[in-house]
Amino acid sequence: MSVETWTYIMVGLTFGLYLYIGYLNRVRDTRGFYVAGQGVPAIFNGMATAADWMSAASFISMAGLISFMGFDGTVYLMGWTGGYVLLALLLAPYLRKYGKYTVPDFVGDRYYSSTARVVAAIAAIFVSITYVAGQMRGVGIVFSRFLQVEIWLGVIIGMAIVAFFAVLGGMKGITWTQVAQYSVLIIAYMIPAVAIAWILTGNPIPQLSFTFSDIVSRLNEVQIDLGFAEYTQPFTAKTQLDVLCITLALMAGTAGLPHIIVRFYTVPNVRAARYSAGWALLFIALLYTTAPAIAAFARYNLIDSLNGKTMEEIHEYNWVNSWEATGLLTLTDKNGDGHIELTPDAETSEMKIDRDIMVLANPEVAGLAPWVIALVAAGGLAAALSTAAGLLLVISSSIAHDIYARMINKEATEAKRLLVGRVMIFVAVLVAGYFGINPPGFVAQVVAFAFGFAAASFFPVILLGIFDKRTNREGAIAGMVVGLGFTAIYIIGNKFFGMPAWFLGISSEGIGTIGMILNLIVTWSVSRVTPPPPPEIQAMVESVRVPRGAAEASAH
Amino acid sequence: MADEQQVESASAAYWRANKALIAVLLVIWALVSFGFAILLARPLYGVHVGSLPMSFWWAQQGSMVVFVLLIFVYAWRMDHLDEKFDVHEETTLRQIKRARRAAAADPGDAR
Repeated sequence: MSVETWTYIMVGLTFGLYLYIGYLNRVRDTRGFYVAGQGVPAIFNGMATAADWMSAASFISMAGLISFMGFDGTVYLMGWTGGYVLLALLLAPYLRKYGKYTVPDFVGDRYYSSTARVVAAIAAIFVSITYVAGQMRGVGIVFSRFLQVEIWLGVIIGMAIVAFFAVLGGMKGITWTQVAQYSVLIIAYMIPAVAIAWILTGNPIPQLSFTFSDIVSRLNEVQIDLGFAEYTQPFTAKTQLDVLCITLALMAGTAGLPHIIVRFYTVPNVRAARYSAGWALLFIALLYTTAPAIAAFARYNLIDSLNGKTMEEIHEYNWVNSWEATGLLTLTDKNGDGHIELTPDAETSEMKIDRDIMVLANPEVAGLAPWVIALVAAGGLAAALSTAAGLLLVISSSIAHDIYARMINKEATEAKRLLVGRVMIFVAVLVAGYFGINPPGFVAQVVAFAFGFAAASFFPVILLGIFDKRTNREGAIAGMVVGLGFTAIYIIGNKFFGMPAWFLGISSEGIGTIGMILNLIVTWSVSRVTPPPPPEIQAMVESVRVPRGAAEASAH
Repeated sequence: MADEQQVESASAAYWRANKALIAVLLVIWALVSFGFAILLARPLYGVHVGSLPMSFWWAQQGSMVVFVLLIFVYAWRMDHLDEKFDVHEETTLRQIKRARRAAAADPGDAR
């Protein structure tokens, strides 16, 4: 059977599975809709969190990014995993004990302020929309590459699937489809990785063959021969300070992202919240420790197969023809010597390689069976849809729960709240789909913003809200204004108005670290010179620090 | 009153123990990521793990493995602390589900 037929079968089967799971997990109350009835076992919440977290970008683009950045690709590897340590030790257990539905719930209650609640809700919506647009686009791109369907049609198919299980099942439907999506995406990622590790090094475990085989040393030699720095050489793409700041900003941002935090509201108790963070990171690390191996193997393989060959030799590979047709691989014999050469200078380099090709073309380069290639398509779709669903729920709950039910209509009945939740998630799907079909040019640039934003606002405010009883409303608001203000001005100035990276040369991606530090300092100082929080708030802080009573608290 | 003070100091002691554990684990967290992989990237480049320079190995493999272990160690140690200070959750998931089913079956219990 052809790759295309296999892709239709794989995508059809997995989509059918998601719809079936969504139908099985219909919900009838807001607790089911927002926090899956708080009955998700730790290990399954770990799988769901992993799928929630790993987006189209992690699945399709990350290995490629690393293969172009070499050592410095660690900012994504450590930045997007290290945040779970912060989450597990500093935030998740206490937020689970608190037990309400959303992040703005905690911020609004802890700082006894409607202003803080609204600011948090708007921030959550903003962060989630910038993120979800990319996911919908990812669905469209996978469809167009593997099935030659127009991108807009792919986006609409994706919207229909997500809308079905998210509107019917809310968090419960999303959770259990994410569990299935994690299984699909990890299998789809690992099979080609294992195969390529086996072919190149004779060791099927990518992490081990990456560490113990001589592929990386050989890649280093090839890089030197071609005039590049060694692949493993640190700080070639970014400065040391910048690598440090970006890593920390991504870690704190990860810990502060609302769609990840809310996953920890869905487990039965505090203990389960701690363990499910461990499971989540284990499941994530499985992919994240494989990605750098794929990055090095694919880079080696690609250079080895193409560099110095003649056009005729190169075009004997079928995959070269098909990826040239997509525009992801461009080969031009610029100096007319009949050979294709890769050089560090884009002007003279005769190979132009899109980073996405590293994962997408891997199975073909390794000569794997058509069904494996189809599986990669299904995996990419699973990664994009699962992340989109989690984000859509945050957008919906911020409007329907934090703004409507908690502020506009406090008397709303349960049935009405649930209805508003369902309507808002549907609206969110439409908005996400619109941005997926008409991506605003700034989307790629605002992703830096989403992490900087979360690092400079949610992370410090929640952290101090739990660990410092003295932190009060005035401090938190002042801290958020200063942290967000500084980060926003720096990123917007740098990205859109040509402002130089004047603060120690730290790039926009890393400036969230400084915003976070400013926030912490301002929040702490202002809280010390203004009245302490009321006694009932201090009692609430005491109570979230103790695990007992989480299940009872949420059962009423 | 005496009772209340005891409760107060027990929960304060629990919180202190929790913070001490967190501090130890976060020092390790910072050491493997910001320390070995970034600040010491150049000095550790000449040392090897397998065939990889050690700082590169920490940056792209080792740190993530340690992160996973840190979370499980925290959860496991906290189980002990919860028991020791008697603040652990007594109801299991199964008990909660049973209670909810009972509540759902009995319409008189309007919560």
